[in-house]
Amino acid sequence: MDATDQKRLLREMLFARRFEERCAEAYHERQIGGFLHLYPGEEACAIGVLEKARTGSDYVVTGYRDHIHALKSGMNPKALMAELFGKEAGCSKGRGGSMHLFDPDVRFMGGYALVGGPFPLAAGFAKTIQLRGGDEISICFLGDGANNQGTFHETMNMASLWNLPVLFVCENNLYGIGTAIERSTVEINQYKRVAPYGIEAAQCDGQDIDVVMAHAEKAVQHVREKRKPYFLELMTYRLRGHSMSDSGAYRSKEEVEEWAQRDPIGIYKRRLLDAGVVSEDEFHAMDKAIQDEIENEVVRFAAESPEPRVEDIARYVYTEGGKQPWLK
Amino acid sequence: MAEMMYWQGILRAHDEEMARDPLVFAMGEDIGVAGGTYKATSGLFAKYGEQRVIDTPISENSYTGIGVGAAMVGARPIVEIMSVNFAWLAMDQLMNNAAKIHYMSGGRIRCPFVMRVPGGTAHQLGAQHSARMEKVFMGISGLRVVTPATPRDAYGLLKSAVRCDDPVVIIEHESMYNLKGEIPDTEFFTPLEGVEVMRQGKDVSIFAYNISVHWALDAAQKLAQEHGIDAEVIDLRALKPMDRAGIAASVRKTHRAIVVEEDEAPVGVGSEVMAILNEECFFELDAAPVRVHALDVPIPYNRRLEKAAIPNAGDVVAAVRKMLGR
Ligand SMILES: Cc1ncc(C[n+]2csc(CCOP(=O)(O)OP(=O)(O)O)c2C)c(N)n1
Ligand SMILES: [Mg+2]
Repeated sequence: MDATDQKRLLREMLFARRFEERCAEAYHERQIGGFLHLYPGEEACAIGVLEKARTGSDYVVTGYRDHIHALKSGMNPKALMAELFGKEAGCSKGRGGSMHLFDPDVRFMGGYALVGGPFPLAAGFAKTIQLRGGDEISICFLGDGANNQGTFHETMNMASLWNLPVLFVCENNLYGIGTAIERSTVEINQYKRVAPYGIEAAQCDGQDIDVVMAHAEKAVQHVREKRKPYFLELMTYRLRGHSMSDSGAYRSKEEVEEWAQRDPIGIYKRRLLDAGVVSEDEFHAMDKAIQDEIENEVVRFAAESPEPRVEDIARYVYTEGGKQPWLK
Repeated sequence: MAEMMYWQGILRAHDEEMARDPLVFAMGEDIGVAGGTYKATSGLFAKYGEQRVIDTPISENSYTGIGVGAAMVGARPIVEIMSVNFAWLAMDQLMNNAAKIHYMSGGRIRCPFVMRVPGGTAHQLGAQHSARMEKVFMGISGLRVVTPATPRDAYGLLKSAVRCDDPVVIIEHESMYNLKGEIPDTEFFTPLEGVEVMRQGKDVSIFAYNISVHWALDAAQKLAQEHGIDAEVIDLRALKPMDRAGIAASVRKTHRAIVVEEDEAPVGVGSEVMAILNEECFFELDAAPVRVHALDVPIPYNRRLEKAAIPNAGDVVAAVRKMLGR
């Protein structure tokens, strides 16, 4: 990977961080409502894995902590922020919200609130790929907690049985809201849980984007070439509470501090500084430019966009696409 | 026009749609090699292969979700759930995903997903195989719910459901797969919206759907022959969205209404029709509308008790006679 790409990746992670922090502010200012789950600390996971996929052509799906997966898939940050502000120009026309981002134009197939719900959807995208015959793959990002749902086991079984091209990425941040993984789960190494289904799997550090990319490259290649599922577990940590209504008081200061030392942006920045790819000054200029862009373009766009019209509330319950003779 | 059984109508619809579009596929428990619990997919496995006629493991929620995901990106799955009682396990994928994705995405993602499922009480199958769940599905925004009463509609509704861009639940009936009826030889589509007048009449409107259409038709014949009462029988057929105008139109003619449902009364098809009568045509009514329905009990195993729990044509006759005082 050359210096230009390395700088781009650093910028993408920093953009993700600043974007999420700005969302938190907007939430406190009541411009964003509902549940808001932010991604700081986990940036290397979505960005590292999707760097090795063909975004725009591979299908991507995840849970409610979905902003950065959407951005890295190619969603316009303005459409994302406008959605959080509940605006008509939002990626889901203000009908979805933070947990329900969609952009089929870049094959980002959503953001879902029900823990474990996207597993079968991802396998379904893969089923259609299989019927059409192409070399795309389907990528499903979910948390460690989701693996205790029936859909996890049911879908692993069917995906393996039917050779569906799905990459399952488990973002293991050690908690499901306030319940530590060892208090909810017998086998805490998630990648071991797919072995009985005959699915190849690996576990790696999710904080070092170079490590994530190395594993993701292998995982993506496995799925794309063998046309079989693969399971990649990334060990990570969220630096904030589960959502805006969670302070994270169930975690010790020491634990949080230990993981803060392994901040993915910190790790990558240090590496690029040491290699002379960026300077401290360049980094600060980059950070300033990102914050200006978020404020002056992204947030302004969202704030100034019109609300959906109340007259349109019943649109999209059913499809409208022209005349459907079988309806009436 | 050929006489066919209900299951043959369903099979023909599958076959025509699968031959036409390579992205139409079927999945469910025992539908492939075994040909389906009610034969409705028999022969398809040999013709279309295991990629398109898929025997699933017993994982209702997730194979439903796989169908939903496949539909979101362009395929047209027909998912069979072996019995409506088992559909409870698929409710998460059906109501949280299939029903809501089009709306939540601001109309950007379509979900042309079809679920076929037999419901109803058959013969002494016990409480866990006798559910009637139309009230559950018809309460969910974003779904379409239809119920074929005849072989013709078993064929025509499945044809329409596969072509429709919205998620459609088709509720068939355990006891109707061998029912015979005429199906036109040429392709046709039964509309997914609107009622159908099954028998014209002027004295009372009997609203029914699925198996209760047959009780209503039997009752109407008896009422005409033995009591000189001319009943109109309306097949509601589409339970969601329900045809409010069609219901009101019949009552404007007859000024009396009876709803017949195989399900227990609370929060059901009958209560919905009663509300529509109130809202659309209250002042047209010459008598308070009446529901004929199952008892509010888990269906018992014992044959006598089971029969006592479910209404029949005789109950419809009695209700009409009471209403008309004849
Ligand atoms: C079916 C379901 N049950 C419970 C919840 C409430 N809930 C939301 S997130 C969450 C924890 C999920 O943990 P994990 O899968 O590890 O994801 P993380 O938030 O840690 O990324 C729970 C219990 C839900 N949204 N859906
Ligand atoms: Mg977690």
